[in-house]
Amino acid sequence: MASAVSATGAVRTTRQKSPLRWVLRVLVITYLFFLVIWPVALVAKATFSRGLAPVIESLSQPEVIFAFQLTLVVAFWAVLINTIFGIGISLLLVRYTFPGRRALSALIDLPLSVSPIVVGLSLLLVYSGQTGWLGSTLENAGLQVIYAPPGIVLATAFVSLPLVIREIIPVLHEIGTEQEQAARSLGASPVQTFARITLPAIRWALLYGVVLSLARSLGEFGAVKIVSGGVAMRTQTATLLVEERYGQFGPDNTTSAYAAAFILALIAVIALTIVTSLRPDKESS
Amino acid sequence: MSIKITSVGKTFGDFVALDDINLDIATGELTALLGPSGGGKSTLLRIIAGLEVADSGTVEIEGVDATRLPAQKRNVGFVFQHYAAFRHLTVANNVAFGLKVRKRSKKEIAARVDDLLRLVHLSQFADRLPSQLSGGQRQRMALARALAIEPSVLLLDEPFGALDAKVRKELRDWLRRLHDEVHVTTVFVTHDQEEALEVADRIVVINDGRIEQVGSPDELYDEPASDFVMSFLGPVTTLNGALVRPHDLEIESSPFLGASAGRVVRYTRVGYEVRLDVELTEEAGTAPVLVTLTRADASAKQLGEGSRVWLRPITPTGHDFRVPVGVARPA
Repeated sequence: MASAVSATGAVRTTRQKSPLRWVLRVLVITYLFFLVIWPVALVAKATFSRGLAPVIESLSQPEVIFAFQLTLVVAFWAVLINTIFGIGISLLLVRYTFPGRRALSALIDLPLSVSPIVVGLSLLLVYSGQTGWLGSTLENAGLQVIYAPPGIVLATAFVSLPLVIREIIPVLHEIGTEQEQAARSLGASPVQTFARITLPAIRWALLYGVVLSLARSLGEFGAVKIVSGGVAMRTQTATLLVEERYGQFGPDNTTSAYAAAFILALIAVIALTIVTSLRPDKESS
Repeated sequence: MSIKITSVGKTFGDFVALDDINLDIATGELTALLGPSGGGKSTLLRIIAGLEVADSGTVEIEGVDATRLPAQKRNVGFVFQHYAAFRHLTVANNVAFGLKVRKRSKKEIAARVDDLLRLVHLSQFADRLPSQLSGGQRQRMALARALAIEPSVLLLDEPFGALDAKVRKELRDWLRRLHDEVHVTTVFVTHDQEEALEVADRIVVINDGRIEQVGSPDELYDEPASDFVMSFLGPVTTLNGALVRPHDLEIESSPFLGASAGRVVRYTRVGYEVRLDVELTEEAGTAPVLVTLTRADASAKQLGEGSRVWLRPITPTGHDFRVPVGVARPA
């Protein structure tokens, strides 16, 4: 049924060759070109402006390698935290009604609307050993959060929190509860029902959310800048390295800034491409 | 008794879905819960399955108090109106689901799935996904899936409601035959009186959260306990203030004993059946009486729009609500 409908729909759109369609197409491409394609292409051009050798050399500096390692470790933990909490919060929001549900739902979008700088400052106030009682307690217990990797993970997890949730929630709404009820009546425990029915049903949305939040985590700058301190070889992530190198003099620094920026963009593009090609056209099949 | 329901009540906010329901369902019986939508029949079925919790009362299944038992421990097969197929699993894996969570051996599961798919005529579709099946096939798959766990009771919630008329009719006959083969205690919910009359051994009529009547299809049709049951189980019309079935009216083109005079104001033919709207002379201005008769009968009596006719109920039986009240009969 669905394929027949989309087939007729496709036939109809190819037959309509109105000028409006061409105008819209040109407008969109022009917009995307000036906003995305051209600037990103220039980063690639600037990276390789002096050939391949300086790029490889700058990427093999220990500071650069460390920055990328730290970025990957931070992104891993942030994505893991957001995946687990994202699934939990999504199920809570879709499957249960409780007082304050709408408020919680609105609160989850907060990280998207608040500036990352504000996020960084607020984390600083809570977890810093100097200003926050929680921070000093944790520091006395031997866990330094601010100016250390845990703080960077916190800040990164905060800003990418809504991405997994906003991908999963529409799918949970769409599949409804009947399949889960059927599984329960067939003797499945809540854990079995989740693992065998719910999780496979949301797997593509979940994967997409994970990749989006991975891309966001790799690229986070503002919040991380505040809480990390940005000390090379200790708390400097890849984005902070780009900023620092770009601000310094000399063609070598500029090249390493562009090279690191290029790698960050490349990882994000590759991740999105893989997921888009893996994702089936029809979710429902 | 396979299912024993004692003073079960359920409200959703201010809405009383079920009000003090008492019902026994015998082992091996095929029972229909019949009633208008919103009457509470689906809620009752879901309470038996454990998908909904009753506010008061108890549910016993096979002698065990199941009132507080979660759905997964009741060993009840449930079939949903919209199939609830596991979309990411093949037909065979859908059917195998209940056995897999019960950790049965692979060999046993394969054999049982094979048997069930043969029973529901889906053997050649074992490796397809539910989205590649028609509605009727999906519902048969859902039935096989529910039967796989050898449930003590099989519950079906408007099982054919989402199917088109022809498939619905086929599946209805097939369910009846299947029940005669498998003999599992079965309860199905329907708002379609024809479906209930045709398939069920016993019908429970539920309206406004209460049981109106319980009985065999013949009992309900011939001896309805209330006007509601009578009008719900088939077409009715009013003659001299009493409910009558339109085909239980004797119609002649000349006066006869006990008949009321009238005139045909509308003549509709539907296939082999003729439907007449008759306006009674004595009650001009009220809604016309509906009379149905065969086409052959209608043409033998030369009935048409404008004909003068005389009407009388065919079988004046002992049900007081069918005896015309306060009407002077011509002697």
